[in-house]
Amino acid sequence: MPELTTARKPHALHWLTRRFARLQIPLDDPFAVTGLIIYAVFILVAIFANQLATHDPLEILYSETYELSSNLRPGEDGFILGTTSLGRDIYSQLIYGSRSALLIGITAAFMVAVIGTIVGLLSGYFGGWIDIVLMRAADIAFGIPFLPFVIVLSAFLEPSIWNVVFAMALILWRDTGRVIRSQVLTLRTRTYIDAARIAGSSDMKIVFSHIAPNILPLSFLYGSIAIGWAILTEAAISFLGFGDPETISWGYMLQDAYASQALSTGGYYWFVPPGICIILVVVAGFFISRGYEEILFPKLKD
Amino acid sequence: MTSAQGKAVTSTPSPVIAVEDIRKHFAVGSPIAAAMRRKSVVVKAIDGVNFTLNKGESVGLLGESGCGKTTMGRMLLKLDEPSEGRILFEGDDLATMQGPALRAYRARAQMIFQNPFEALNPRFTIAQSMDEPLSNANIAKAERADRIRKAMDLVHLPDPAQFLERYPHQMSGGQLQRVVMARALILEPTFVVADEPVSMLDVSVRAGILNLFREVRDNMGLTAIYISHDLALVRYVCERTIVMYLGCIVEDGPTEEIVKNPMHPYTKALVAAVPVPHPAQSHAPLPIKAGAPDARNPPSGCRLRDRCPHAFDRCAIEEPKATRIGARKVHCHLFD
Amino acid sequence: MSDNILCVKGLKVTYSVGTARIRAVDDATFDIPKGSIVGLVGESGCGKTTVARALTRVMAKAAGFEGGEMLFDGVDLLGLSEADMNKLRWRDIAFIPQSAMNSLDPVYTIEKQLNEVLIQRGGMNRREARARAEELFDMVGIDPRRLGDYPHQFSGGMRQRVAIALALALNPKLIIADEPVTALDVIVQRQILDTLKSLQERLGLSVILVTHDISVVAYVCDRIVVMYAGRVVESGDTETVLTQPFHPYTMGLYNAFPDLQSSEGLLTPIEGHPPDLSDPPDGCRFAPRCPFAQTPCSTQNPTLVEVGSRHVSACLRVDEAQQLREQAAQTQTWMGAI
Repeated sequence: MPELTTARKPHALHWLTRRFARLQIPLDDPFAVTGLIIYAVFILVAIFANQLATHDPLEILYSETYELSSNLRPGEDGFILGTTSLGRDIYSQLIYGSRSALLIGITAAFMVAVIGTIVGLLSGYFGGWIDIVLMRAADIAFGIPFLPFVIVLSAFLEPSIWNVVFAMALILWRDTGRVIRSQVLTLRTRTYIDAARIAGSSDMKIVFSHIAPNILPLSFLYGSIAIGWAILTEAAISFLGFGDPETISWGYMLQDAYASQALSTGGYYWFVPPGICIILVVVAGFFISRGYEEILFPKLKD
Repeated sequence: MTSAQGKAVTSTPSPVIAVEDIRKHFAVGSPIAAAMRRKSVVVKAIDGVNFTLNKGESVGLLGESGCGKTTMGRMLLKLDEPSEGRILFEGDDLATMQGPALRAYRARAQMIFQNPFEALNPRFTIAQSMDEPLSNANIAKAERADRIRKAMDLVHLPDPAQFLERYPHQMSGGQLQRVVMARALILEPTFVVADEPVSMLDVSVRAGILNLFREVRDNMGLTAIYISHDLALVRYVCERTIVMYLGCIVEDGPTEEIVKNPMHPYTKALVAAVPVPHPAQSHAPLPIKAGAPDARNPPSGCRLRDRCPHAFDRCAIEEPKATRIGARKVHCHLFD
Repeated sequence: MSDNILCVKGLKVTYSVGTARIRAVDDATFDIPKGSIVGLVGESGCGKTTVARALTRVMAKAAGFEGGEMLFDGVDLLGLSEADMNKLRWRDIAFIPQSAMNSLDPVYTIEKQLNEVLIQRGGMNRREARARAEELFDMVGIDPRRLGDYPHQFSGGMRQRVAIALALALNPKLIIADEPVTALDVIVQRQILDTLKSLQERLGLSVILVTHDISVVAYVCDRIVVMYAGRVVESGDTETVLTQPFHPYTMGLYNAFPDLQSSEGLLTPIEGHPPDLSDPPDGCRFAPRCPFAQTPCSTQNPTLVEVGSRHVSACLRVDEAQQLREQAAQTQTWMGAI
């Protein structure tokens, strides 16, 4: 008699590949792969920032003759991308900037995906007053102007990148929540959900084992869109001067360059690299979301 | 008659299921729109249904789409709640079942679904799907593999190892419907609702599923409801038939009698309309007027009155009550 | 020959799915006599719907003709240009789909959709079109006052009547109906079939009725064409094929059908399932499920042979049909064929 369990691969590896397959990372789409590669590079840079950076990004540097190393052009005195008007190393700022950009992007994406998914699941599956309360909250979130709210709230709570992320998450969950709710509403009517109820599964079990896996790609889609939004918003806030002065970010660099009139003095080496980095990360996020869209809505291809 | 042997003769045959004056009304459209039209549109999907099922009985719930048979099946399994009335399972009201009582009911009342391709989660392997009811019923892990194998044997899916790691899309409709049945039977229920279990299957496969249904029902002494629009199928699996029209029962009695001598005008039409696979068959016009039942706007009194050739004044005024004729109950003014 | 409206000979249609080539229709041969209803019967995936679509030459992109001919009134439809074929559609060959809801445009009234056919294709003016539309509604048994209604205002059965009216609009010679009553309840089904039959008799139409239900065929069809795994296995007059089948598949299909009129007997399934058409077995395609299969059946390809008047069957053992019929009536014969 064949033993039933032998047919199953008992390894944790099998479990892991199955979970991984559920995320449905879009590896078929060349744009999505490009996006993933860009992310991989920035993540590596952020992780190894200490090794890659040549200087402390906030340190005011002096030459051997105790002159302020300010406004140096790329390559001068060994500064790869030159220095700021206060004598700080631009290259090192750029490297450390990737840390805050990714921290902001990924935490915001995570929060947006998590909050939106939970709201969508609860609202769509249980309906009734839970649905009414959550969806009216989403309506309110839709009514709040995004940028002013984030500026005011993060200024009110004291400027730090965490408060910026928190303020963004308070608003951005609304799209994710709505879309996931509508998806749950259709999934809920599937026969196998009824079958699970008759098999004695609790609501929680149904939500997490039958419904949630189907909406994970959707959560990831909205999460990857949120990465771009979060980085752009943080850059905008820092550029407007409401950012955290203690943390180097690309937006902060742009603001610094702008305030120091680098634009009029031809200091392209100061403001172009952070601009390019912002564009690259944001575009990479959208490329990945495009890949998820193709998985979710294959008809968009035609 | 193998099914007769399974029935225990007790002094007080308490019904497994008792349906008492069940109504299910759906409001259509938003309350604001209803207020503007000055009347709320209510679809009476089920409107005053009564019946009981005794242990070991198989009853066909027969009717056209929209007659309420599927809604009835869902309420019997507590997938939907009735608007009015009670459903009793072995004397316990389904409406009051919560927590452990509900879980106990879930283990004893099961459903075989119409579309086997939809009834299993496409992301689950067959083994995972089969495991779900067992883990919910707190069956020890060590015991589960054995239970799964036994259930697969029961539905003649031998060599389970061949199927267990497959996903639903890797199997044929007939095999999947057997898996769905195995899953329904794995906790050894006493009551089963089968909702058109062969309508999505190919003709050559149907007979196998129907035979299997008869076999497990007899062997396990199941009380069963078989929902269908096809009298020929109902006749094949059920000794008793309940005919529904627009949310009401029109006739209830032994299947053979209903097939041979239908009494209610609607049942007459149903019996006459069923095509048979013989070249020589009656082409007599149907004893009922063409037309579609409209659940939003049913006629007053008897709901068949606008299509019935025998309708008279009383039919418009009074809803027909059940009249007992032998083993049958007929809801028609012609008979009371 | 001239009393056939349509002669299909050796028709082959192949779907390309990825690298696989699925031979959905592989050598289908049958005739449609003028003024008759012919039932095209088989299980899902047997190629009956593909044949129906192939006759109008409206097929999925992945499908392609691999050979054969379809002589409509003596003209090979496969030899026609797309423009000429398009002229034939609706005017000479009309189609009734399974789900009328999907074929009717929800945002236009029925009259608009009828007008489109009558005016654009039929070249009528508005007044003629209106008169014809009313006549058509009368014919299919709908009150002409409902011409201005939208599709969603009709019930399923009514919509199917509308679909019949649309198909009849330009007086076609041949109507192809793809499972026209499958989704309907028995009473409505009966009424639609009655309507179709009486119109066919009155107008002298030729109809191909694609269905999986042999009782529908028994009720309305003059002739039956049984398909299995892309091939025609038997065809002939409905009465003779159903009472004197020569192919084991036809015998098995008949056994598997519940019958309201006969006394209670056990239904007999055909064990196994149809072959994978991307890699069909050699020889007879039914052989793996056939209780009467012998060694030659798995190598030799049976061809349609005449077994009676206008009755053909593709089985290597047609000569023993009488004996096989007797065995096929017994349930044990079909058990353990696999």
